[in-house]
Amino acid sequence: MSTRMVEVRAKVLKQNDLLARDLRDRFRREGTCVVGLVSSPGSGKTAFLEKLLSGLARDTRVAALVGDLATENDAARLRRATPNVRQINTGTVCHLDALMVEKALAEWQLDRIDFLFIENVGNLVCPSSYDLGEELRFVLLSATEGEDKPLKYPTIFNSSDVAVITKMDLAQAAEFDLAAARRNIESVRPGMQVFEVSSKTGLGMQSVLDFLHARLARARQPQVVATR
Amino acid sequence: MHELSIAMSMIDQIIEESESRGGLEVEAVHLKLGVFSGVDKEALLFSFELACEGSLLEGSRLVIESIPLVIYCAACQKNRTPPSIYELSCPECGSPGQTIVSGREIEVASLEIAA
Repeated sequence: MSTRMVEVRAKVLKQNDLLARDLRDRFRREGTCVVGLVSSPGSGKTAFLEKLLSGLARDTRVAALVGDLATENDAARLRRATPNVRQINTGTVCHLDALMVEKALAEWQLDRIDFLFIENVGNLVCPSSYDLGEELRFVLLSATEGEDKPLKYPTIFNSSDVAVITKMDLAQAAEFDLAAARRNIESVRPGMQVFEVSSKTGLGMQSVLDFLHARLARARQPQVVATR
Repeated sequence: MHELSIAMSMIDQIIEESESRGGLEVEAVHLKLGVFSGVDKEALLFSFELACEGSLLEGSRLVIESIPLVIYCAACQKNRTPPSIYELSCPECGSPGQTIVSGREIEVASLEIAA
């Protein structure tokens, strides 16, 4: 039987991409700086986020969405830092998508939120395909995981904007090779900004807070209109 | 394993496309899949077959064309193929490649229709 070809040329995740673009526009309009967090399970996303939220909550308005397959445990932990926390349970799905984010935002007044964090499901593969409309994506790598993680998961590192090396207080015990880790990050995402932190001791957290404050200030700067 | 989600999005999209053209009998789906898309080819083939069951696409084939990773080298001002997907640098001059030209695609290129 003969066949003919029909050209389609359609991006499979077009719907997610369009929705993510709408979300990004909305976040910009409302002046909310939105940061996504991705990492493998157990790399310290929630501990890091808890520190960020309590640090930022001193002088800004913060909120968080937190994705997990099951349980409300992470949301309960983060509520110690701010009441504005919503858990997204994905059931069996291994990543968040833009629609889940949009639904979870329902009734939140974004113009009253300076920083919104979206903690993805612990997974270094699947979240890389889904844009959530975030302004910045942080990828976390803990000192106990080994320095070659960026080489093993290049797509997620490349789709992120900032790398955060967590659990630096354990680096020595784990014989973590920091120089190699930095080299590997640079190899998969040239020019990427890297922070080294310990959520436990507070090491390096201030530089992340300063970075985020600067980012918010820049986003809020009135647009300069060229005049003659 | 998000390939099942990808396969389901793909099937919805193709069925919509087919209906907008008056109902096509799809024999095969030709997909461009970038090696830097984060989607595994074998897992997607498996998921597609599974997700097609009971849908209008049941029995159709998925044909995947792998798209290599290409970066733009600002120093050479040329598109280059990096040494590997975890070494984003120019194979000629060694400069880091910050711009990805292709390799992230998950795109239905065309449909093969019973004539």
